[in-house]
Amino acid sequence: MSGVRLLVGTRKGAFVMTSDGTRDDWSIEGPLFAGWEMYHLKGSPADPNRLYASQSTGWHGQVVQRSDDGGKTWEAVGNEFTYAGVPGTHQWYDGTQHPWEFARIWHLEPSLTDPDTVYAGVEDAALFRSEDGGNTWQELSGLRDHPTGAQWQPGAGGLCLHTILIHPDDPNRIFVAISAAGAFRTDDGGETWQPINKGLRSRELPDEEREVGHCVHRIAMNPSRPDTLFMQKHWHVMRSDDAGDSWQKVSGNLPSDFGFPVAVHPHEPDTIYVVPIESDSEHVPPEGKLRVYRSRSGGNEWEALTNGLPQEHCYVNVLRDAMDVDDLDPGGIYFGTTGGQVYASPDGGDTWTAIVHDLPSVLSVEAQTLQ
Amino acid sequence: MIRVVLPTHLRTLARVDGEVTLDVDGQPTQRTVLDALEASYPTLRGTIRDHGTAKRRDFIRFFACGQDITLEPPDDPLPEDVTSGREAFRVVAAMAGG
Repeated sequence: MSGVRLLVGTRKGAFVMTSDGTRDDWSIEGPLFAGWEMYHLKGSPADPNRLYASQSTGWHGQVVQRSDDGGKTWEAVGNEFTYAGVPGTHQWYDGTQHPWEFARIWHLEPSLTDPDTVYAGVEDAALFRSEDGGNTWQELSGLRDHPTGAQWQPGAGGLCLHTILIHPDDPNRIFVAISAAGAFRTDDGGETWQPINKGLRSRELPDEEREVGHCVHRIAMNPSRPDTLFMQKHWHVMRSDDAGDSWQKVSGNLPSDFGFPVAVHPHEPDTIYVVPIESDSEHVPPEGKLRVYRSRSGGNEWEALTNGLPQEHCYVNVLRDAMDVDDLDPGGIYFGTTGGQVYASPDGGDTWTAIVHDLPSVLSVEAQTLQ
Repeated sequence: MIRVVLPTHLRTLARVDGEVTLDVDGQPTQRTVLDALEASYPTLRGTIRDHGTAKRRDFIRFFACGQDITLEPPDDPLPEDVTSGREAFRVVAAMAGG
């Protein structure tokens, strides 16, 4: 029987939540790696029992964990992330140049076809790849070597590469996003990269439409239409229909177009979800109401989804990697909050139930559909 | 034989319950003890010292015989009470952060 496994990363450990296809009742295991910051966990599409996890603390740095049995047991694998060549510098908060320094892995993206191949998006922003199940890592340095690299500047959370999307029909085409450099695309497997930020406007920049410097918070795609991308930027929800060559604003009637996550319905490529947040200075939901907004038209026209979500006195945030969808029918959607709640909707957002209320602050949620 | 006490997170990572004991080739120093520790427990590589540079991570301290020896030269001999096994070499995660 089909089911769903949620991989939830928090500030103080990881949790694995499973349910059958009804998604009514959930079992919760954890905390795994208690006390460690678990920025992200993700399973291989080619082998759902192969999981990768990013584990770190300020004391002990980065550890990468791998499971070959769906999260029952784990093994620490390679944690040596060395920038290729002479790392050079990027722009610091005060405008001076600052050496590239590895801090942590924000996002792990397994290959769509090979369980042993996995990409890591790291801070300071770079893309690494392992082809041996995480034992060794090599930087795809063409990204950081882009002529604009020295202009990249950290966002409030650091200079982090947080989004990696692999084109389902062409593994040489990969999209990444960096706060606060912008979005980039390779069409040759990572050798060369181009910024894909035309159409983005950021009032915080001296030149609002410059090539890089945009604080992209998240990009999402539906695999059935992989050259259509949706972006939650620092401000503005954006859409591209040409693989990022150009972007149009689709914020429409949202109460605020600041936010972090964006997700696409698994079966309806024009149905998208965001969680509006009051502003960049107040990382809380508008009016104390936790509302997911859904557009069934690929943006511009949005409806609030509130059934089962707190509609008063709610001041949690939903971080960029903390929302995901499953592949079941009807499609399910999930998100975790900085207040430790994980919400599930088995009906595309019409109704919501809290799977759990009191976890540590949630950093990431990944949904695995199990057949 | 050198006794080493690890902080909680590293004991978990190395899958040990209490102290670990190490045989160290040559003169025991901070560097040779940590080299032996990482050789016996490869999952600890990078969690006490950086890969490549072997620079101590900022929030790690080393204690021996009740003394903070973190800033002693890494190639200085450790106290005899540590090299004889009467006292443990302690790796401490500093009280910082949350």
